[in-house]
Formats: sequence, structure tokens, C-alpha cells
Amino acid sequence: MVSLLDIIGPVMVGPSSSHTAGACRLGLLARGLVGGTPERARIELHGSFARTGEGHGTDKAIAGGLMGYRPDDERLRTALETAEREGLAYRFEKTSLDEETEVHPNTVRISVERGDRSSTMQGSSLGAGRILVTNIDDYPVEVHGNHHTIVLVAEDVKGSIARIAGLLADNDLNIATLRLTRKERGGDAFMVIEVDQEPPVAVRDTIRDLEWVRWAYRLDKVSG
Amino acid sequence: MFTNLMDAVRAAETRNLRLADVALEAEAKDQGRSVADIRAALLRALVVMRGAIERGLVGDLMSNSGLVGGDAAKLRTGPAGPLAGTPFRDVLARALAVQEVNAAMGVIVAAPTAGGAGVLPAVLTGLADAKGLSDDLLVDALATAGLIGAVVAERASLSGAEGGCQAETGAAAGMAAGAATEMLGGTPTQAYHAVALAQQGTLGLVCDPLGGLVELPCVFRNATAAAIALAAIEMALAGVTFAIPADEVIDTMGEIGRAMDVRYRETAGGGLAATPTGRRLARERLVQIKKS
Repeated sequence: MVSLLDIIGPVMVGPSSSHTAGACRLGLLARGLVGGTPERARIELHGSFARTGEGHGTDKAIAGGLMGYRPDDERLRTALETAEREGLAYRFEKTSLDEETEVHPNTVRISVERGDRSSTMQGSSLGAGRILVTNIDDYPVEVHGNHHTIVLVAEDVKGSIARIAGLLADNDLNIATLRLTRKERGGDAFMVIEVDQEPPVAVRDTIRDLEWVRWAYRLDKVSG
Repeated sequence: MFTNLMDAVRAAETRNLRLADVALEAEAKDQGRSVADIRAALLRALVVMRGAIERGLVGDLMSNSGLVGGDAAKLRTGPAGPLAGTPFRDVLARALAVQEVNAAMGVIVAAPTAGGAGVLPAVLTGLADAKGLSDDLLVDALATAGLIGAVVAERASLSGAEGGCQAETGAAAGMAAGAATEMLGGTPTQAYHAVALAQQGTLGLVCDPLGGLVELPCVFRNATAAAIALAAIEMALAGVTFAIPADEVIDTMGEIGRAMDVRYRETAGGGLAATPTGRRLARERLVQIKKS
């Protein structure tokens, strides 16, 4: 659902809502997958991102997002220069992600590493600063970044959804959407839970401590 | 939010409300926020819009590449043309100003996008200031514009990479035309025709920026899109109607966008970007960006 405030906004540093603000938001979400500024990031740009990204500051915006800068942060202008100081080693590549299905022209695959965590996500900038993450660690997802989001991978055990839902309710967190996918029956389950309130770190940690949960992360609300 | 502009027009007119009212009501319901809260967010957007206009009109900004800058101020200080002293000239100046700020990586409101960010603030504040209208009415107009933009996002696209410039400055012209028509006392039906009249005038418009930079022709295209919006407002308020409903004009924009060759969708592969001069300027300027 499109929000009126997505259309009259965001307030942002120019020059392009898709190539600068949307790109920054994708960087912010990738940062969330490793819980902070990554030490290493490989950024594969596809389509229009690859062809015209440089002139639009797409590289600065994604690097800035990875360092936690928001789309209206004027530090985006110099993000590539400050990356080293922030401990971010980045590498940009141009690629074509069209395989069986056509992907959106403004698409990026970001692989990030921090400590013992590494993760890869693919996302697109849909225009007007709106984004859609379509893949995290080879699991198909739909994350728009306009809610606080918890992503987790768990063993496919019965009652896992009820357990997590109960845990969120106990912490006064209201679930907006919940999406469960798995690669095969009995294989790992991947949950994307969008919640209305910002989940405390302790909730994430409690989820992580469940013995059947392999990993869990909180992604910031980056839009809306 | 509505996915059909005619539904919004009917919802408003059966209850004797404006499009702004039904837009705010729908947004409040969708987002679980109060109308006052949404109005406050729109007022903050208005403040940033006015700030960008003022900043750009100073006339000292230059884009990264040096391709654009300083033209907004010329409309304030340059020789008079036939429209000097009218809101028309002032609206053009404001549209250029916002886009010059955007091209210099300054702070703007992407409404609906950064590439088309000059049209809406220029048309709305230009006309409101000329008529002495309040910020309250401007906030209402932003709500109406947001409603129109949301419908375009659902039915077509707001991305130059998907739909060409018709999806950016074209959509902005439709939003500005509908919103300003209502702001100036037009009925929801008149606003609906204003959207159609503006959007039909931008159908087929390609996105062909030199070197892929949101600079040339983007800065000027915001001014010309604002002019199209003004034409649509003038016609709609005079009672002119457009036979193809706005929703279908928006669908047409989407259809044309999907059929548009990739060269004309923000890839700098065709149009003005691919002219001999366009290629030369892009080559020279991109080298300059890498050095800076």
C-alpha cells in the first residue's frame, strides 16, 4: 500500500530519489543484516544502477547507508571518503542479475561481513524512494523497510510461529505482517516479521537464544 | 489509500468534501496515525520545499558536473519577457531553483521523486503566494497531490527507469495541477480534469539525462512541466474537461512506459543524452567528477 507521505517525501539529499535515497535505504537494510557497519561490503550494481549510478551518487548513498546515514544526511556527499575512517572496506561491481526472471532496472546485490556474520541481500529501488528487498541469503522475501522488521532463520519445528508471536505479544509488539518461507519441507524456515513498534535488542536476543533459531536480526524502519 | 482517482472524487463529492479531506482520512486510517500528525509531516515537507526554493534563487549553486546552476536567479534578475510580473514567470523560477539545489546534492523533498521535485513546490507555493493563501491550504494541497501521486504509483509508475520522464515530471505535473486546482477553489471533478489535462500533455516524455545525471535536461524539464501544470489549471478552472478520464490517462502513461525502449528510461542511452553534444558534455563532466 502506498502511503501519501511516501509520495510527498522523503526529505532527502539529491539528486535522485531512486538512485540516491532508495539506494541509501537499501544500504541501511543491508547494515541491519550484520547488526552494524560492515567491515567488508561487496556491492553489485545492476541495470540503471550500474549504468548511471556514479552520476547519481548511488555509490555514495549505498556506502552511506551501510554506515548508518539516513537519506537526508548531508554526510552522504562525502561517504566514500569517510568509509575508511568508519572501518568499511567496500567494493563496487557492475553485473547483470537477469536470469530466469527479469529483475527491476534499479537493483543491487549487497554482500556484507561483520565479525563472524556475513549475509547477502538483493533489493530494488522502485521509484520515489520506495524499496523492496526480494532476497536475503537465497530466501525469497518481501521487505519494504517501512516497518521495523525482524528476520530469522529457524529449524522447521512445529509451534515455532506461535512461540515467536507469543514472545512479541509479551513485549507489547504488534505484528503488522508475517511471512514464512522455506526452501524445502523440513528445511530451514525463514521468517520475516514486520512489527509496528521498534523491537528492543533484548527481544532479538531472546529469539536468538531459542535453540531452534539459527540467527535473527532486527532491521530498522528505513521508510515512511 | 485510493487506487482509483474517480473513487476519491466520488467519495469527496457525495459528502461535500475536498479531495484533501478524503486523502487525509484514508492516510490516517491506513497508517494508524492522526490527521493532525500527517498534516504536521506535510507542513515539515512544505518548510523544506520553501527552503530549497530560497536556496536555489540565490543563484550561486553549481551542480557536481557544472552542467547546471544559476538559471533560476536569471528569471528574477534577467530581462523581462512577455510573462514578466506574472505568477507564470515566478513559478518557472521556483521550479528551476529546487532542481538546481537537488543537482548540487542539497536537501529537497522528493515529491514524487527527486528528479521531479521542482514542479509541485513551484506551482503550489508560486500560486499560493500570488493569491495570498495560507500554509493550511498549502498543506491541504500537498495531501491532494499525495493522493494523486499514490494513484499514479499504483496504476503506473513514478520511476524514470521504469516509465521515462512522463512518470517523474509528468506525474508531478498531474499532481500539481489537481492539487492547485482544488487549492484555488475548483471542485474535485475540476481537479480530476486538471490531472488528465496535465498528464496527457506529458505522455511519451522520455528520460534522457546527459551522463545519467539528474541535471540536464531534468532541471529545465521541471520548469516546462510546471508550465504544463499551469496550463491545465487554467483550463480546468475555466470549465474545460478532458474526455478520457484521468485514471485512464494514468494507465496510458504506464502502458507507454512499459513499451518504452530502455534507452529512454534513465540509462543515458538515447535521446538528448545520446546527441553528439550530449555525449561530449557527459564525457568531459564525468571525468571532472572523478577528479573532484
